[in-house]
Amino acid sequence: MGLFRMPSLGADMEAGTLVEWLKRPGDAIRRGDIVAVVETQKGAIEVETFEDGVIERLLVAPGTTVPVGTPLATLAGEEAAVATMTPAMVPVLEIAAAPAASPPQPPAGAPTLASPAARRLAAERGIELAGLAGSGPGGAVRLADVERAAPRRAAGIDLADMRRAITAAMARSKREIPHYYLGSTIDLTNATAWLARTNADRAPEERLLLAALELKAVALALRRHPRFNGHNVDGDFRPGAGIHVGAAVAIRGGGLAAPAIRDTDTLGLDDLMARLRDLVGRTRAGHLRSSELGDATITVTSLGERGVDSVFGVIYPPQVAIVGFGRPVERPWAVSGRVELRTVVTATLAADHRVSDGHAGALFLAEIDRLLQEPDSL
Amino acid sequence: MTQPLATAEDVRRIVLEALGDIAPDADLAHLDPKADLREATDIDSMDFLNLVSALHRRLGVVVPEADYPQLATLAGMEAYLMARARP
Repeated sequence: MGLFRMPSLGADMEAGTLVEWLKRPGDAIRRGDIVAVVETQKGAIEVETFEDGVIERLLVAPGTTVPVGTPLATLAGEEAAVATMTPAMVPVLEIAAAPAASPPQPPAGAPTLASPAARRLAAERGIELAGLAGSGPGGAVRLADVERAAPRRAAGIDLADMRRAITAAMARSKREIPHYYLGSTIDLTNATAWLARTNADRAPEERLLLAALELKAVALALRRHPRFNGHNVDGDFRPGAGIHVGAAVAIRGGGLAAPAIRDTDTLGLDDLMARLRDLVGRTRAGHLRSSELGDATITVTSLGERGVDSVFGVIYPPQVAIVGFGRPVERPWAVSGRVELRTVVTATLAADHRVSDGHAGALFLAEIDRLLQEPDSL
Repeated sequence: MTQPLATAEDVRRIVLEALGDIAPDADLAHLDPKADLREATDIDSMDFLNLVSALHRRLGVVVPEADYPQLATLAGMEAYLMARARP
């Protein structure tokens, strides 16, 4: 028998609130399946299982806050199967989003027409049917109307909570990690020209962003420079089991998360771009998965086309390095004894001096530069 | 047989809807049509790509990257789409 526990989703998480069970007793689960939704300072996180089995019993009801490591459910081996099935302990709970801003007023005194499914969903989400505009016959409220009024997504991210999480992690970083900083200007002319050629024939949905090339170059460079990929735990450097690059994603209204793209070095650019796109969308909607939060082995922050020339990052503990890319700019640049207009970017590295030195960091940045000169090989 | 072009109202509505999905907190009602759209709504390159993707889906207009500068303002975007969109 196994236990499904409240996961640790970052160095500073002590407890989480179970929001929703996505599986019920008797459900078979496989490694990677999303079993529950947990509310943390980084928004509502979809928690995956690392074991195969069958959900036996749910131990914690939605709405309960428990410390990291607390068993949430018991799992039986697959043979145990359905015999243990009990009536669902708790109905699936939805997080009620903010109600529609200015609901149209129904005619005074008229009873609200609504489909049974719409009534059920509205009750679950704590929405007044009378406040909804119905699109069904005779103005009846349909399921879709309720969906629109309270989309099933995280109530959003509590930015104050997230700020506290950032404060804790960054204060710990600055307190404990002796950072050193390096910067290097990289000629991106080849990379941006390659990108323009590649995107020219593509529909917008299929296009690549420079960020995907940057992430891939960092991931490939880490294969040769593993001292920058991993965690520093109690003064011991533990190399990452894979190269899982955390992509820093800014959240509207303030806030930041750096969910991991697992095995970034093995992904083709199209797959990497699709993962990045999905990840940015879900980060901003407050909808990340547990495996994306805990296990980044390095972070890359890219400030994109607007903003500043360079960014010197603060390492996210227990990681040991963060690579920053500023805004690509056109500059007069010396190339083979002549001055040309080239697109350049400042790449920076902040790294943990307990694990590596500036010389190693310089070689790591140089390798990123070399890789970005050959976008075809990314 | 040619279909009529989309009306200015159609295009504006679709652009503002797509922008609203991407930047739900931006004050779109008071957006200056001549202002730099990405500055005014604080959208990054990923957001802009999502916007261009949404315009492709809803209006059937594929905006090549080379034409992105023409979409720098709301007014520019509407003029560009008006000339190419079918309802």
